[in-house]
Amino acid sequence: MKLIAALALLLVSTFCAAAPETLMTHSRVRFMAANCAYCHGPDGKSRGSIPSLAGMDKDYFVSRMKAFRDGTRPNTIMSTHASGYTNAEFAALGAWFATHK
Amino acid sequence: MAIDRRDFLKATAALGTLGALTGCASLSTARKAGPKVVIVGAGFGGATCARYLKAWDPNIDITLIEANRDFISCPFSNTVLAGMNNLESLTFSYDHLRNIVDSFVQDRVTAIDSVKRRVRTASGLHFDYDRLVLAGGVEFLFDKVPGYTEAAQRTIKHAWKASVEQTGVLRQQLAAIPDGGVFVMSIPKMPFRCPPAPYERACLVANYFKNTKPRAKVIVLDSNPDIVVMKQLFLTAWKKHYGFETANSMIDYRPDNDIHQLDAKKMVVHTNFDDISGDVINIIPPMRAAALTELAGARASDNGHWCPIDYRTFESTIVPNVHVLGDSALSVFPKSGSVANNTGKMCAAALVELLNNRWPDNAPVVTNTCYAASTDHTAFNVAAVFRYDPVAKNMVAELGGSGISKQESELEFSYMESWAKNVWADSLGLPEGYRYTTKF
Repeated sequence: MKLIAALALLLVSTFCAAAPETLMTHSRVRFMAANCAYCHGPDGKSRGSIPSLAGMDKDYFVSRMKAFRDGTRPNTIMSTHASGYTNAEFAALGAWFATHK
Repeated sequence: MAIDRRDFLKATAALGTLGALTGCASLSTARKAGPKVVIVGAGFGGATCARYLKAWDPNIDITLIEANRDFISCPFSNTVLAGMNNLESLTFSYDHLRNIVDSFVQDRVTAIDSVKRRVRTASGLHFDYDRLVLAGGVEFLFDKVPGYTEAAQRTIKHAWKASVEQTGVLRQQLAAIPDGGVFVMSIPKMPFRCPPAPYERACLVANYFKNTKPRAKVIVLDSNPDIVVMKQLFLTAWKKHYGFETANSMIDYRPDNDIHQLDAKKMVVHTNFDDISGDVINIIPPMRAAALTELAGARASDNGHWCPIDYRTFESTIVPNVHVLGDSALSVFPKSGSVANNTGKMCAAALVELLNNRWPDNAPVVTNTCYAASTDHTAFNVAAVFRYDPVAKNMVAELGGSGISKQESELEFSYMESWAKNVWADSLGLPEGYRYTTKF
């Protein structure tokens, strides 16, 4: 029993430590995309003046986000949001919205 | 790393101490179909959680229990006080949500047995759950304001939960105020629901006075030592539009002003500094997590006021299988509608994984955005991106990923309007083409 417990503890610590923070799982990207809905509308389809994201070209999405982050396209609200994401997350979100029209 | 998750779970489940060993969120026992989730409260948090849970795993059986007949939005209710909108335009039917969940129950929860995993309601019904989500918002602590008795509450409104009895009555009181009259409002110490909203309320009521009774004024009694958020933006707006810091200022801001006694009959507020008379008095009392969370034993930290949670799942760190959303949670997030909406989705995402015996995301990223109106046509924002730090077990605002508007603008007012339409649709499942009646 001791051995099993020790083995389990090893597995557990390995597993927890190994759960990669940058892994773009389906579940993670789906939530990250859903996170945008409170401003950009359910499923990225806006009901107001904020642009829709559904069906947006992936490269266009990524270049826009980078421009917001770098300040080459000034926009206070999206500059703030874009500065909080990684390039890998821009790419994953871009791919998500491009395929969810 | 070649350990199959299922094998891993089988191996460790035998020990029965997975949660204790790992510090990871507890995993439910395996089941074939139809795990039961009971969600209490259909505000921005609970409604959104229900909607996304069903969208992401239709197999989950969802019961949504809500005490009120309709959804009345707190966001934009300051525009009602300013006469820009009526309360009906902020009132939404639960019919769309009713069609999404397995069971929508209009009832009040009276007891929670977290061992038997059973919820009881006022009308004598009971519901068993595998996972329980508590999204009850806040409970007001009227007794922390001496004199804010039940009798006083009949005339002195908080209007911090939108309703006909609160927002509607305060609007009537403001409409009846004479030119040259005084509106006194009091802000509790942080943390409270929607930090920018008291300062927005001062703006919009002053805007209303400016248009209709220009000699009336707003006295803001703030228990906090300073404006708690977007300070420079509010001060700039007050100076630009309402003569702040001039002899004719329409807004008189007084920090560090705790109410020692409210005299509702004489319409006087006694503070540590002064006795202030008002034609209309609006007291926002201190608040804590919804009473509902106490029923489950989840309200325990910070002097018993809020509910500690695991940010990855929103599961209570005190009561297993009970998840706490939105304003009730003890967290680094502002208590905003945006956060309630997004944490509803985060909780839904985690529940889908947990109820299918998978690990929830170990490092979720989530955002907040708050818009505040400075006039009836300008607004500004504060926003932040939070990323879970698995080592610190905390949500950390990303460097650079948090900020405020450079200045107020009409564009941001239109964004604020769009935010409202989208967050209402996202939370309540309003169909495409839904006809809003709000005037912006």
